[in-house]
Amino acid sequence: MTAPLLSVRDLSVEFRTRSGIVPALKHVSFDLAPGEMLGIVGESGSGKSVTAFTLLGLLDRAGRVSSGQAMFGGQDLLRLGQGALNELRGAAMSIVFQNPRTALNPIRPVGVQIADVIARHDAGSTATLRARVLDALRQMRIAEPERRASAYPYELSGGMCQRIGIAMALACAPRLLIADEPTTGLDVTTQAAVMDVFRDAVRRGGVGTIFITHDLALASEYCDRILVMQSGEVVEDAPVAEIFTRPRHPYTRRLLRSTPSSVDVIDDLSPDEEPLPPAPPRGDRLAAPVLEVRGLSKSYAFARPRGLSNFWKPRDTAMLRAVDGVDLVIRPGEAVGLVGESGCGKSTLSRMINRLIAADAGEVLLQGTPIQRISPGRFASLPQRRLIQMVFQDPTESLNPRFSVFEAIADPVGQLLPHEGRAALRARVERAATRVGLPLALLPRYPHQLSGGQKARVGIARAMVVEPRLLVLDEPTSALDVSVQAVVLRLLTRLRREEGVAQLFVSHDLNVVRLLCDRIIVMYKGKIVESGTAEQVFNRPAHDYTRSLLAAIPRLRGQRALGAT
Amino acid sequence: MGFLVGRLLGLVPTLAGVVVVTFVLTHLLPGDPAVFFANSVTADAATIAAVRQKLGLDLPLWQQFFVYVGQLAHGDLGQSISTGQPVAADLLQRLPASLELTLVAFAIAIAVALPLGIAAALRPGSLLDHVCRVLSTAGVSLPTFVSGLLLIYLLYYLLGWAPEPIGRIDPFAIMPPRITGLLLIDTLLAGDTEGFGMAARQIVLPAVTMALFALAPLARMTRAAMLGVLSSEFIRTARANGLRRRTIIVSYALRNALLPIVTTLGMIFSNMLGANVLVERVFAWPGVGSYALDSLISLDYAPVQGFMLVMAGIFVLVNFVIDLLYAVIDPRTGLLTHA
Repeated sequence: MTAPLLSVRDLSVEFRTRSGIVPALKHVSFDLAPGEMLGIVGESGSGKSVTAFTLLGLLDRAGRVSSGQAMFGGQDLLRLGQGALNELRGAAMSIVFQNPRTALNPIRPVGVQIADVIARHDAGSTATLRARVLDALRQMRIAEPERRASAYPYELSGGMCQRIGIAMALACAPRLLIADEPTTGLDVTTQAAVMDVFRDAVRRGGVGTIFITHDLALASEYCDRILVMQSGEVVEDAPVAEIFTRPRHPYTRRLLRSTPSSVDVIDDLSPDEEPLPPAPPRGDRLAAPVLEVRGLSKSYAFARPRGLSNFWKPRDTAMLRAVDGVDLVIRPGEAVGLVGESGCGKSTLSRMINRLIAADAGEVLLQGTPIQRISPGRFASLPQRRLIQMVFQDPTESLNPRFSVFEAIADPVGQLLPHEGRAALRARVERAATRVGLPLALLPRYPHQLSGGQKARVGIARAMVVEPRLLVLDEPTSALDVSVQAVVLRLLTRLRREEGVAQLFVSHDLNVVRLLCDRIIVMYKGKIVESGTAEQVFNRPAHDYTRSLLAAIPRLRGQRALGAT
Repeated sequence: MGFLVGRLLGLVPTLAGVVVVTFVLTHLLPGDPAVFFANSVTADAATIAAVRQKLGLDLPLWQQFFVYVGQLAHGDLGQSISTGQPVAADLLQRLPASLELTLVAFAIAIAVALPLGIAAALRPGSLLDHVCRVLSTAGVSLPTFVSGLLLIYLLYYLLGWAPEPIGRIDPFAIMPPRITGLLLIDTLLAGDTEGFGMAARQIVLPAVTMALFALAPLARMTRAAMLGVLSSEFIRTARANGLRRRTIIVSYALRNALLPIVTTLGMIFSNMLGANVLVERVFAWPGVGSYALDSLISLDYAPVQGFMLVMAGIFVLVNFVIDLLYAVIDPRTGLLTHA
């Protein structure tokens, strides 16, 4: 066995907060071999990112290393001063951050930013500098590197920005690279492309890599060994082949069972939870639809800055067809999944169905009544609003921080059922809270006093309190940890099976949609390119785009490839 | 270049609006200029009517406006009664004094406030941060005439370091040949270092007084903008790549913080031109501010009108320069094309 590149022993970190000292890492130990790709997985607050930042000396002032050592190239990283660390950072060791766009300086051309790093550690003539920048870009398979180098981050896509970020981290040929959730927030197809070039570049350079992610499937596809962390401790450290077939620690097992790609039906997801009621017989295929959409379209004008230099020219009439003639039927008790990459128009479609924005053309029939003529502002106060409710993406952002849980859930009732008395209102709110599994003791609390899963439940209770017939869910679990996501997915299934509320589930996560939905609709560039039962779409995809989408989904080791029969 | 031409064209409607508003405003002011031009309150009605006719004041307002615009086109801003000079000549003579004072004060404010704000942002809660806070609070809360008088008392009366706070230059000194009108530059152009020193000593007190007033918002804005940028993710990336502290602070943080700072600079510059009046009074500075104030008090409207027009013109010009700076600083405005 070769000597490890990085050897972390007994690392403990604590944070000073207003409520005293909080331990963030507890006696973390692990080794990283040269050229190895080590995955660190765990949920938020497990200490994955703190580990990365500690190693690079980037902890903020509140953080303090209380014990341990981290040997790298014969030096203990934890004993080095900022000056010495600064010599290593970007040269011998580097990091790729999450949120590629905000991690780059917005007003400096990306090529210059890479050149800054090279010039800092490895000064050379302008010509060599330029050649090395272009080289770094080519290594990330960026087409037309000369043109890209002079672009600003806002002119590039998220995936392209992350390639730049990785190129920057690899520019000075580091021996150690840390990637902190590098593809979170990217589309699956983009994620697959970025991860492939990332892996190839790392392999070529023989770089020891720590890959931090919350996505077990992604880690299993790209890593050699996996470290599972839970609240600041390493609970399991095993080669990737072992950890998925023979997980030893109960937490690892729980994490695995909460991962949507590990199971075939929703009932098997987190089976320790209260069992789900059986699915009702699907005899209502011919029941009158809750929602019918015909030829719905929406275009946006290309936003081109209109300076004074072109004010006499006719207005630019180029339009982006965000949603282009979409037909859709949702029957009572049915769950329909709407998938597609960002920018395909799925959010615009769901907002039009909800009457949050007006459509340009087409019909929306809610229980047979056309509602597309009603302006979004007026629809909000009509009794029909009750029938169709929405659950939003970010459970934190979508709650008013000054409303208690009770007020948040009661808010739509006050608007839509103004004649109910106080007692009836309280009973209604409590019933909704109980149904989503929210303890009544939490009702007087405010959002900042709740966990992410509890906030998600409040969002669902707020939608369910007026007894809608259709729930539109816009990526309701994308901000949640897998174990919380599993619980929320089960809750949504329970609501559907018990109350028969139809659901339109907008998501980019095909694995989630597969578990939750009867029917799946694939959108691409504003059009529906494929629709069918979940089974059909996953096993016999008809459209090329669907096939590429399915191929890009990260799969757990040993799992049958999706879409390949 | 197309952008530049477009912006310049955009100034035309603004300036036209300024002309209309100044005209209407001065005609809304109470008082009858004809009575004053007749040089006597007791002048009989026939005399006043004659004067009114001579001045064109008997015409309907819209005709007067066209006459006024016609005069403007020839650079004629009217005649001042108090000085007996054409307003244009008066303003031209006094404007350099005000400009020189404002520019020097502006330079002092920037030279002090930017480093102070940056230093305070780099070490929040430190002694320097508190100094920054105290200085900005004092700058905001002390009216310029109070701080000006305090400075005179301290530096001229008690310590005797500063010269007598009257005017731009010792009354017995020989004025340099007028080239730009800015004494600091004219003395240098004439090779008169002694005169330069004299003018510089004379301008220090009023400039510092004005700078104190401008320093407060600038230092606070610099601090806030830098704090915001320093906590952003791309600064973390820069640190993670081992870039030097200097590069991070200047090329990464400061350049991103410049937008709000430049906005504040524009506002401050405009404010300073207007707030000049008090400082000019305290230091007997022969600038446009005190000229306009004197004219207003003696109901001499032509200079007031001219002053408003010139000030508005300078405001518009400053905003134009700020717009250009935006385009240079932030590529996201999309106003300047890059390769």
